[in-house]
Amino acid sequence: MFSTTDTVIHPLGAATKEREPAEYVWPAAGLTEVPDWIYTSQVIYDREVERIFHGRTWNYVALEAEIPKANDFVRSWIGPTPVVVARDADGSIHVFENRCAHRGVEFCRHSRGNNAEFVCPYHQWSYDMRGNLQGVPFRRGMKGEADSGMPRDFNPAQHGLRKMNVATRHGVVFASFAADMEPLEAYLGEEITHDFDVLFKGRQLRILGYYRNELPGNWKLYHENLKDPYHATLLHSFLVTFGLMVAGSKSAMIADPSGRHGTMASAKPADVTKVVDASTASQMRAYRTDLKLEDPRFIDFVPEFESPWTVTMQTIWPNLIVQRELNTLGVRQIVPNGPNSMIMNWTMFGFDTDTEEMTRHRLRQGNLMGPAGFLGLEDNEAIKFLQEGVRRSPTDIGILKLGGTTEGTATTLVTESAIRSMYRHYREVMGL
Amino acid sequence: MIIPGYEQTAVDPRAALEARFEVEAFHARYCHTLDTGDLVNWVDFFDEACTYVVTGRENAEAGLPVGLIYAEGRGMIRDRAYAVKHTQMYAPRYMMHMVSNVLVLRASTEEIRSVSNYLLLQTLVEGRTTIHQAGRYYDTFVRSAGSLLIRERRCVYDSDLIANDLVFPV
Ligand code: FES
Ligand SMILES: [Fe+2]
Repeated sequence: MFSTTDTVIHPLGAATKEREPAEYVWPAAGLTEVPDWIYTSQVIYDREVERIFHGRTWNYVALEAEIPKANDFVRSWIGPTPVVVARDADGSIHVFENRCAHRGVEFCRHSRGNNAEFVCPYHQWSYDMRGNLQGVPFRRGMKGEADSGMPRDFNPAQHGLRKMNVATRHGVVFASFAADMEPLEAYLGEEITHDFDVLFKGRQLRILGYYRNELPGNWKLYHENLKDPYHATLLHSFLVTFGLMVAGSKSAMIADPSGRHGTMASAKPADVTKVVDASTASQMRAYRTDLKLEDPRFIDFVPEFESPWTVTMQTIWPNLIVQRELNTLGVRQIVPNGPNSMIMNWTMFGFDTDTEEMTRHRLRQGNLMGPAGFLGLEDNEAIKFLQEGVRRSPTDIGILKLGGTTEGTATTLVTESAIRSMYRHYREVMGL
Repeated sequence: MIIPGYEQTAVDPRAALEARFEVEAFHARYCHTLDTGDLVNWVDFFDEACTYVVTGRENAEAGLPVGLIYAEGRGMIRDRAYAVKHTQMYAPRYMMHMVSNVLVLRASTEEIRSVSNYLLLQTLVEGRTTIHQAGRYYDTFVRSAGSLLIRERRCVYDSDLIANDLVFPV
């Protein structure tokens, strides 16, 4: 679909990791071991699209603030599948495939816009904002000509665009291929819903802008990254040195009962030197006493939420990250792009009640996140390196033994328990 | 694309020519400094009260303020330079800027405004060279001790889909 990078592939890499479907058997050790082929196999990827993204999941598609008016629309994705999110004249929101019912043209080419109907450019079939087929040029054929036009029994009502199930919560729009999904709150579970609501409930969002990048890694690695508090305290100098997330501070890795969603949460201590003792500091190379900011405004925290946490990073299965990092706020949509790549669509926002100074504070703090962010770019590099390792090396197993065999919510950062929970859920759905 | 404040104004042709030479000389020094990995001296191209924003064309056209990099004041420029040089984890790479089509929009004894095209090439040491960004510099320069300093630089890239990340400044 998309590609911005070429990954160098070892001659024995990807090819050796493709095998017969029956040979995809999870290691006997269980959840403490992850086989490389879940990140590299096209067979597994195709099954993920079918069973996860097109299966019983709620997928993030848009923010209501992007489509405030009647006839507004945005282009979006459910898994790798292009969709359109549209607001009809009565205010209702509809999500349908961005694929013409005639010959399959991906008709909507603009990221966002406003129109009363969609007209496929190829043969001008037209659709309303709910995805119903409205017009077929020359449907009755040319007057007086035999075998011209559509058959008499052609029924436009049966040839609309494929429509998705839609759910919204506090201005966030989700869609599902499954018609009989449980309500979103039940899907998220109580704890995940709670931290989600802390950010969105009762707020009018103001969109600050977008970033898009292609990460040359499997889409699950992004979930793992944000269910992996161990890395947070080791890889990121900015998190550790400024106490945004550091071993010794108050923190939690929350998993929902199903294991698929998570919230990585942390409370910034008033003085990081008080929580990091010499023995902790000595194990964290990223803890950098030489890192002093000439302009420390950008790591300031302005309290604005009813929450014990200054940072919550939520992973909402299968395609949404909700970022509340101090005062820099945003959502990230994961668009899987084959086994070895994903597209990340970032939407950064504030609230309509923000002062000019608060908006600028959010923009300054935005330097932490995104494809050029002090945290963001390190994660992107690490995920790329991981993908290259699993593609190119014949060794076939990664290990997940931090915290033993525990699963679910943990209060230590030195654990992989939330990743194990995610893979328990994944294996069930995937039949692995 | 025209962003507010960067409309073409009537400029005396001779003044425009002189300003263009100055801006071209500035670009050459600025790009050489970045392309040789000299982040310490990169800071000195900025005025104390500068704004430096790297953002996608979609944001710029819609008037959305977010920046991939967003700096207010030279302190934030210096902090980024230090962080990238000393604390960040990334694969080794070489960057090369090509700047052309310098167009002077406004020129006075105190200030020059211009727009220039840039190509940013990235070479990961084990891979081929790729066009990392195709974009435009929207610049406001002020004079200090006979040379130009950046009061505002908006780097607006057309290349919407970023290849993984942007490690070094543009
Ligand atoms: S493919 Fe869309 S109208 Fe023919
Ligand atoms: Fe991270």
